[in-house]
Amino acid sequence: MAGVGSACLFVGLLTAVYAVGAALYGALAGQRRFVVSARRAMYCLAGLMIAAVVLLEAAYLRSDFSFALVQQNSSTDTPLFYKVTAMWSSQAGSLLLWVFLLSVFSALVLRSTRRKHREIVPYATAVLGGIATFFLALTVFVPEAQPFATLGNPPAEGNGLNPLLRHPAMMIHPTMLYSGYVAFSIPFAFAIGALITRNTGADWIRSTRRFALVAWTFLGFGIMLGALWSFSELGWGGYWAWDPVENASLMPWLTGTAFLHSIIVQEKRGMLKVWNVSLIIATFVLALLGTFLVRSGILDSIHAFGESTLGGKFLAFIALVLLGSVALVLSRRQDLRSEGRFDSFASREAMFLLNNLVLVGLCFVIFWGTFFPLISEAVTGTEASVGPPWFNRYTTPLALVLVLLAGIGPAVAWRRITPANLRRALLVPVAVTAVALAAMLALTPAADSVASLIMFSFVAFVLAVVGQEFARGASARRTISGGSWPAALVQLVGRNRRRYGGYIVHVGIALLFLGVAASSAFVEQRDARVSPGQTVEVDGYQITYVRPTADVLNDPSDTGAPITLGAVFDVQKGDERFTIHPSRNYYTAQDDGSKGAIGRFFEGEATSEVDVRWGLGEDFWAAIQPDLRPLEPRIEEANRKFGGAQFTDAQPLIAAALVESYRQDPPPASFRALVSPLVAWIWIGGGVVLLGALTALWPTADARTRRVRSLYAARVGRELSRA
Amino acid sequence: MDPSRKRKIRLVVALSTALFLATALIYTSFNASTEAKTPSQLVQDADSGRSYELTGKVVEGSVDRQGDELRFRVRDREGSASVPVVYSGVVPDPFRDGREVIVSGQMRDGTFAAERDSLVTKCPSKFTKDRQES
Repeated sequence: MAGVGSACLFVGLLTAVYAVGAALYGALAGQRRFVVSARRAMYCLAGLMIAAVVLLEAAYLRSDFSFALVQQNSSTDTPLFYKVTAMWSSQAGSLLLWVFLLSVFSALVLRSTRRKHREIVPYATAVLGGIATFFLALTVFVPEAQPFATLGNPPAEGNGLNPLLRHPAMMIHPTMLYSGYVAFSIPFAFAIGALITRNTGADWIRSTRRFALVAWTFLGFGIMLGALWSFSELGWGGYWAWDPVENASLMPWLTGTAFLHSIIVQEKRGMLKVWNVSLIIATFVLALLGTFLVRSGILDSIHAFGESTLGGKFLAFIALVLLGSVALVLSRRQDLRSEGRFDSFASREAMFLLNNLVLVGLCFVIFWGTFFPLISEAVTGTEASVGPPWFNRYTTPLALVLVLLAGIGPAVAWRRITPANLRRALLVPVAVTAVALAAMLALTPAADSVASLIMFSFVAFVLAVVGQEFARGASARRTISGGSWPAALVQLVGRNRRRYGGYIVHVGIALLFLGVAASSAFVEQRDARVSPGQTVEVDGYQITYVRPTADVLNDPSDTGAPITLGAVFDVQKGDERFTIHPSRNYYTAQDDGSKGAIGRFFEGEATSEVDVRWGLGEDFWAAIQPDLRPLEPRIEEANRKFGGAQFTDAQPLIAAALVESYRQDPPPASFRALVSPLVAWIWIGGGVVLLGALTALWPTADARTRRVRSLYAARVGRELSRA
Repeated sequence: MDPSRKRKIRLVVALSTALFLATALIYTSFNASTEAKTPSQLVQDADSGRSYELTGKVVEGSVDRQGDELRFRVRDREGSASVPVVYSGVVPDPFRDGREVIVSGQMRDGTFAAERDSLVTKCPSKFTKDRQES
């Protein structure tokens, strides 16, 4: 079966190369049928990649260890759910995922544009085929990137999936991120096509903005899930650490956000053309960079550590894309002249431009900080890095301006706003903000953090502006067509999904920043070593260690851990009383050389199983690290007595007995508790952003009737020609 | 003033603001950064009172927990020079003997006194070749 998979990739590579050649020849020689053939080759490529992914997933599902990849990161006792996700936890498997997504997205966009933009599409096809060619060449020619490498003597058992990656979010987080990265190649390809053919109007934008929004949504959702995973799985209690790989995923999202805003200006006013093509080029290059960073090992990050030989090849490809695109933009600068002019700084287009500058500024700050170790080494000869305080210092003011603009933007009109308009647009929101500010100062300790206080006020402002927009729109609809308020709201959003979807996204972002500002400035934390019966306090919560727990083959989160040690705590604050049960999973070490036959049950990977009590006001978060040192003498004794091969069957039982002895006589455990205010609003805000994006993406009634009408017209045309 | 001249002035003002901000950013990044050192570099030349980022591997069998304090030694990736480290705070899940770690702190009397919660442990299994070799 592995042979069939390799063949799929090899034939896929030939297909992609053919698609590039045919599309270019078709465009240059004016041979339309070659362009059609190139498009069909891309459909064919999608089919081949689907087959390859299905083959590999099937091998994971039946635990076929003759596949090297399956042996490396799956095992017979890996739970089914994690067998499926194991594919993209490997270098080669994730490259296959990349090219699979690329081929499917390409096929979709080429099908939806098959009767449009006859000039641009052939070049876009060639660009997409070229990207696919690069990734397929890696999976075909570079040994460590071959997903279908086989093992001559397959062992009976595999290594299993890394326990840290056993979290439900891991099913979707990498696929979402990759979908985001990959989908940005579509607007990129069309932008290149538009530049080559000098069709620099808004056509390429209209055809691909939906893909840009899809990419943005996927990427944002993926980042959000990563943060959620960090908060609820890792034993430190944070959701963002300015880790290089996190930063790498945020950068294209920021430039992508800027792009989604500035293309509106090009569509409406024919301005910012150079800026838009530059943004989409930057976004795609940053997406490639994100894919590259994970596998290069050039920056110290928790995500990426294996040294890899792919780095140089990726860097060469990125350099090629970047230099080629920049040269193309420069050679077409005459065609990218703006059709309109800025009339005033008090206009919506100026707000869009300002928002773009802030987003690009944020991206630059993050880029600089992320690559600072390399920059510093090049400039001063010593490797040095900047920490989270440096990032926070610059990103906090920029984020404040960004949220403020998210409120001002929707309130100002295109071209020029008059003082009277401005008063009408901002009077209520400013009043609401002032009331909110006064209430916060009077009733809450928000003033302890100035940055947070400003952020809370801006959030109130955004909510007020958007609320006012919805209220005015709905009331206008009611005067036109009558009906109830909810019906009017639904009609309003339905009539202009893109605009009101965008406003919903603004609300989501504001809520998200509400959570970020509150939880980063007002988090209370307590680390302690606790024994049963002891009580510790954090932020008014009395936390009592009630009893230890020790389970064998009873992992509460179904990750397949053989041993789980934990503790039950009774938590009390005022009238509120609940129990929490943080624990820690122990996975058996694969190699038992140094650890002994019994020790390996305890000395393999271990992961915190955090327990969180979610709440709209605040989250109570707890993690525990049991201390196994007192068990060590007994483990060593057991290693000596029962280490022999004749005891193989008894060894798990002995480990189980040691687990039971932990429960009977627990040593003190390291315990961390956090009280994180409003942190849930980060996830709620993320959900609202998703809702807004889906609203904007949903096909409008208009577009649907247009599509039906054109299909009908085509059929009538065909039948007439037949008659 | 004619409009094209006005636009030019605007452009110059915008560009110089951007340039100024970028310079500030670059300047502070060099000031605020912490130097990364390997154990052998740290032993050779470390200014006391200055913060460093120590990178290397946890020496096998050196991990010892005493109450809230975690003591271990970090050695060069290739080589045997090592420094004792004393650390408190969250210990990342993948932390154990032989793993690559990054930790920030200062040298005090020959011991690397780490900042609270600054320990980062490299996750060994994602995209790695280690497991195949072992």
